[in-house]
Amino acid sequence: MGSMPERIQVRSADSADLREQELLRRVQAGEKQYFYELVKPYERRIYTAAFAILRNEADAEDAAQEAMFKALTHIQQFRAEARFSTWLTQIAVNEALMRRRRAHSEIMEPIGERQDEEGNYTPRDFADWREIPSEVLERKEIRQKLTDAVGALAQKYREVFVLRDVQHLSIEETAEALGISRASVKTRLLRARLMLRDLLAPGLNGSWFGKVPFMKGSKPW
Amino acid sequence: MVVNCEHVWKEISNYLDDDVDAATRAAMEAHFKECKHCTAVLSGTRNVVELYGDDRLFELPAGFSRRLQRRLAQPITSRFGSSRTFWMLAVAAVALMVGSFSLANSSVFRRPDVRSKLAQPAHKIPPALMVAVSSEGRVFHVPGCKYLHKREGESPELMTASNAIKEGYVPCARCLRQYLSAEVECPRSRLGDEFALRSQEPVAPPPGF
Repeated sequence: MGSMPERIQVRSADSADLREQELLRRVQAGEKQYFYELVKPYERRIYTAAFAILRNEADAEDAAQEAMFKALTHIQQFRAEARFSTWLTQIAVNEALMRRRRAHSEIMEPIGERQDEEGNYTPRDFADWREIPSEVLERKEIRQKLTDAVGALAQKYREVFVLRDVQHLSIEETAEALGISRASVKTRLLRARLMLRDLLAPGLNGSWFGKVPFMKGSKPW
Repeated sequence: MVVNCEHVWKEISNYLDDDVDAATRAAMEAHFKECKHCTAVLSGTRNVVELYGDDRLFELPAGFSRRLQRRLAQPITSRFGSSRTFWMLAVAAVALMVGSFSLANSSVFRRPDVRSKLAQPAHKIPPALMVAVSSEGRVFHVPGCKYLHKREGESPELMTASNAIKEGYVPCARCLRQYLSAEVECPRSRLGDEFALRSQEPVAPPPGF
């Protein structure tokens, strides 16, 4: 990469897309020094997608880096039909899935693994914790609890949940990235959301916050 | 349209994604007004979606960006580790090939020269030349060659030289010597001399064959 590339300036204030397009054009034209600037906004996303599948920081980082390197290598193959972020995510998902297959790393027996995907899921906790301010995410222990909870999901639910609700991919994009049907994405997503709610309800209902004033949740019975 | 709790739980994810039809949405909203359990499930599920949708939740490991930039700075050939390693591997491969070739051609492995003149290559013999073979021998001859050994009473079999070669016969170094690369001293055969003077056109067998 050599020296730091000059920053590409575009006129409009809300021009993130235009800027991305310009960076893409230049990278595809051979100015590879702009590639990091192109993928920087998606670093966290790519890492998270890999982490959702591999559940190990070091493996996820390796997979994310390899995915971005592959994206650089095959940048000419990117077509504008898809969003660049989606394309990147798909490469990361494929890389992580390939590594998981290689490592046969399905060793945990997380929640929901033995449940029938098509069967109905009955919520277990009906506590109302409707007022959770996003500021809770400033607290490291809360972030850790949430990360642990998603890690406790079975692989097939975790993958769908992370791509859809963390990466904000559409149902179609998630289905395509994982090679499953739209119906399966929807079913797994429902399961994942309800299971996470059940996993988090006891903590978010009060025990993680102590006397935090915003917690008004209570059992309705 | 009226929905029960089970129906609501089944559709609650689609409801949050605004992926239900208008009638179902209306029925679910009517249900939420009367059912605290389902309202709690709805708000909890919505919180899950909102919390996990926040970019702050998953942090990158310290130094991730720096390591990524370093990785991206590697040349494309880095599948082999580095360009230097790649070139070293390439040079080693070429050296190995050249070495193997030289070794294969060295005297150690070269096939020794054939010692018998009978085994001289028969490639100069006209393929259509009619030759004679016997059931006992492995040599093909010009018909009438006195060196054609055959059982008593046996008639030589006639075939083209190309077929004889295909079947593993080798040319007679006497009667066919004009076509071979090495000359041998041999007694002249009557027909051998005669055929030796002829052109390389197919030869008809003499009468009696």
